[in-house]
Amino acid sequence: MLQLTLLILPQVILDGVVLGFVYATIALGYTMVYGVLEFINFAHGEIFMFGAFAGVEFLLFLKGRGALQGAPVLTSYAFVIVAIVLGMVIAGLLAVSIERVAYRPLRNAPRLVPLISAIGVSFFLQDAMRFIQSITSGQFYRSFPTFGNFDTRIKLFSVPLGERAIIMDVQIKSVIVIVVALLMLIGLNYLVNATKVGKAIRAVAQDQRTASLMGINVNAIIALTFLIGGALGGAAGVLFALKFTRIDPFVGFFPGLKAFTAAVLGGIGNITGAMLGGIVLGMLESVSASYLSIFTKGAFGAEYKDIVAFGILIIILIFRPSGLLGEQVAQKA
Amino acid sequence: MTNAQQTSPSPFAFLRRGPVALILTVVYIAVVTFFLLQNPRALLWRLLFMASVIFIFSLPNGQRTKLTLAGVLLFLLVPLVGSGNPFLLEIGFQVCVFAALALGLNIVVGFAGLLDLGYVAFYAVGAYSWAIFGSQQLWHLHEVAGTAATQTGFPLNGNLFWLFVFGGIGLAAIAGIMLGLPVLRLRGDYLAIVTLGFGEVIRVLANNLDKPINLTNGPQGITPVQRPPLPEFFLNGPISHLLSGLVGREVTRGDMYSLFFYFLAVVVLIIVIIVARRLEDSKLGRAWTAVREDEIAAIAMGIPLTRTKLTAFATGAAFAGAMGVIYAANRTFVSPETFSLLQSITILVMVILGGLGSIPGVVLGASLVVLLNIDFLQTLSLELSRLRQGAGVIPLIGLPWAQLPSQLDPARYQKLVFGIILILMMIFRPAGILPSKRRSMELKEHGDGDAGPVLDLDESAPLADAAA
Repeated sequence: MLQLTLLILPQVILDGVVLGFVYATIALGYTMVYGVLEFINFAHGEIFMFGAFAGVEFLLFLKGRGALQGAPVLTSYAFVIVAIVLGMVIAGLLAVSIERVAYRPLRNAPRLVPLISAIGVSFFLQDAMRFIQSITSGQFYRSFPTFGNFDTRIKLFSVPLGERAIIMDVQIKSVIVIVVALLMLIGLNYLVNATKVGKAIRAVAQDQRTASLMGINVNAIIALTFLIGGALGGAAGVLFALKFTRIDPFVGFFPGLKAFTAAVLGGIGNITGAMLGGIVLGMLESVSASYLSIFTKGAFGAEYKDIVAFGILIIILIFRPSGLLGEQVAQKA
Repeated sequence: MTNAQQTSPSPFAFLRRGPVALILTVVYIAVVTFFLLQNPRALLWRLLFMASVIFIFSLPNGQRTKLTLAGVLLFLLVPLVGSGNPFLLEIGFQVCVFAALALGLNIVVGFAGLLDLGYVAFYAVGAYSWAIFGSQQLWHLHEVAGTAATQTGFPLNGNLFWLFVFGGIGLAAIAGIMLGLPVLRLRGDYLAIVTLGFGEVIRVLANNLDKPINLTNGPQGITPVQRPPLPEFFLNGPISHLLSGLVGREVTRGDMYSLFFYFLAVVVLIIVIIVARRLEDSKLGRAWTAVREDEIAAIAMGIPLTRTKLTAFATGAAFAGAMGVIYAANRTFVSPETFSLLQSITILVMVILGGLGSIPGVVLGASLVVLLNIDFLQTLSLELSRLRQGAGVIPLIGLPWAQLPSQLDPARYQKLVFGIILILMMIFRPAGILPSKRRSMELKEHGDGDAGPVLDLDESAPLADAAA
């Protein structure tokens, strides 16, 4: 058992990190919106899903035109980057319009009112995408087209262990996921902490009324927050499709929930915390998916990884409600 | 609820006078019942028939008259019409089950203000408790899911069903406390997400607990689940003879069971309504409201916060547990798919559509959503597919019906409809169709600004209590 554990350990860690970066990118969107409005954007998972579909549809369109087959390596990277940007644009615009239609009229209502509206948006978007897909393609799911060298594995190291060897190799697409996610984290951190717009966002997060007295257009800043959060979600969607290939209209739900868990884990409202929480959660999930069945001798399998994730969410909320990196804020009902 | 009718005098004011209104309603019910008996499959008459409950409750007459009328309708007319058209009994059963579930959720969300997105978990606890013990599952515990039974016959007597209805209440209440204990310190929106997670955990467990021990039979679900045996006189006595004469054919065991479950659901719903009403006006109910409006003030007034919240969770869960047992027996089949997040949200939609915290509102909301789900959307789908067969052309667009994609099936887009309902309700009528008085006041105050609720509440509270 120990040998088996060691054999798959590097791969488990690597899978966890990649999954963690996907969660982290989604979690950034939750954190942005929560930091400014103290509101859980329940529909964020569906914004993510729309981004994923936008990117994949674009690539499928290229595939239909025959542009993907035999494209040079650099061109195929360019295609993926364009797909990510397209996903960001679509998802960002979607997030802004959702805010305008379903959240802005409810800004002064009791807390639960916008949350319920967000659940409504989430349901609406899931079925809307299902509708669009079934009208246009007759099926609900889409697959990321295979092209370029994204599936190639780069061998990192191999250590002999008994008759076999501990091998660690990484797919190029996993590297892309990590690089893009890191770039977005750095960019977002810069935007929020070092620019004038970022200062305005922080001001609105602290006190909307005072911020508006200082000449900040609160509505515009909130819309911008949704735009950024949605765009990050859209990018995460395309990355998710790249990594896991198959997407369907309900693909956003579980990653969305997990990413929210990650955001809470890291301290909601805190950008670095969201990143950290995402990676911790991705790691935990990867470890429990691979090792649960080994350690319980097959009694409990990978299906229980969601239970592990939610169990952790509950434990964290009990013992450290403000998350790993969150500052202590007074709880109000 | 009749106060609203005593506003400005109109030329039709005489219609609202007691005796006239009563006679009109009775005539209406008689006419609609007659037509429904003539064409049992027509959606229009079915809807008009069900609308008569609303007419009865908006009568200006005394409580006793209304209750008598409702009793006659529910216990005589519906079974009468339903024995010719079992679908009506099915609607009646589902309306009652979901209304009871929604009333349970209403205690948690409406009275105590704790948004619970995993409510269906407690329903699952009830359903599985009877499904495991009331089926042959106990013989299968050490077998791989899906293999044939080595022993036949049910291990437990079917009459234990009645015990399990109460057992389901207890088990679900315990589950509610188990969920509540760790998470009640959380603020509202965190609580929502954690309860959602809890609901998913219960579903994942039901889906996977076929492995070390085959407890739930995994994704295939458990079937057949036992039904309580009907008394002999019910099957062969004067009742079935009477019904056979009315329907014009031999009444089968299945017919008697739909009738039985309909009556059971109605009786349980009535009990649930009474319990909910009594709770609302009790000391505990006031404590729930206080906690909902301002936790800190409630603590200051000496309300034990954790215990108050826990009782809300446990009470709401208990309702769901009992309904779960009844549901399992009615369907004779339980599977994890029934207990999805969609189901939780559906129940939440019922509560919100009708009016958070308002008991008649919640019952109305449940009826509307059930009708929308199992009757209206289905009928629409059937109608569309019938049109697709024909050679007709869609008016205005000029596209032939036959070319309409078959994916355009209204029954498959429940989520879309629910989503739109939720958004529109929150924007335009957050207090619901039949709002509870106190809740609608709160929402109004909140709109005015931050300082509103604390200041005005002292004035409005006695008024709201008197009205409730």
